[in-house]
Amino acid sequence: MSEFFAMSGYALYVWSSYAIGIGALLLNIYWARASLRQAEAQARRRLASGDAA
Amino acid sequence: MSWAWFHRFGSPPYFYRLATRWVPWLSWPAGVLIVGGLFGGLVIAPADYQQSDAYRILYVHAPTAWLSQMAYTLMAVAAAVGLVWRMKVASAVAAAAAPIGASFTAVSLVTGMLWGQPMWGTYWAWDPRLVFQLVLFFFFLGFIGLRSAIDDVSRADRAGAVLAIVGIVNVPIVHYSVTWWNSLHQAPSVLRAQGPSMPASMLVPLLMSFLGITLYFYAVLFYRTRAEILRRDRGAAWVRELLTGKGKTA
Repeated sequence: MSEFFAMSGYALYVWSSYAIGIGALLLNIYWARASLRQAEAQARRRLASGDAA
Repeated sequence: MSWAWFHRFGSPPYFYRLATRWVPWLSWPAGVLIVGGLFGGLVIAPADYQQSDAYRILYVHAPTAWLSQMAYTLMAVAAAVGLVWRMKVASAVAAAAAPIGASFTAVSLVTGMLWGQPMWGTYWAWDPRLVFQLVLFFFFLGFIGLRSAIDDVSRADRAGAVLAIVGIVNVPIVHYSVTWWNSLHQAPSVLRAQGPSMPASMLVPLLMSFLGITLYFYAVLFYRTRAEILRRDRGAAWVRELLTGKGKTA
């Protein structure tokens, strides 16, 4: 098992590549959700100000 | 040929609903394929006879590099359609593609550096493949920066589209850079005329990662496109109905 994590001495390069790749996958999901929430909030505000007028 | 489908896709409420429905159908297979592909790349695939375990970076590096090219091409084509036919939905797709493309271009560059250090003895070289991929990253940043500098969304879309179209010349240059010039970077080992040059236990996880990240890209793209459509159609009656659950007269 420790042999697997050692990656024949390339552990630092291999594991940080996987961490960066997986991090980017998760970050993009978070960004997409935040972007939609923000757009919905903006549209709601605009509708609310339109209703008041 | 009927163009009715083209006009239907161009309708913001139609595309918004379609995008909402497609996201789960893309996300689940994407998740399964990516997890399977990365696990296969780390555990099942044998070590390379020259690079031993260092080559496993391939399973992150190649799919993200592929994604960067696909995202740019789609962004430029969608931006051009938005510019020529004044199609809001196409401009929304282009705006949604840019941040995804930019982030994965960065991942492809950084994982390339992490692979270059142990194999080439350097993180960076001023090599054609590396330099043109860096230029691709700058085109994404330029598109995002230019769009965010212009307050009016439709003007931002038009200005961004011109930049995106100019940058498309770089996509084939990145792809062929390893065949046109003597590059430190290896030539393609999957997408080549003679067929893939690796055993199935290496190839299958790689193909799973490629397919998985492609589906992932479209899932995130459609999710983001919904936000971009809302930004372009804020005052529309269908948005009111969607957000408040009631029509304009109610």
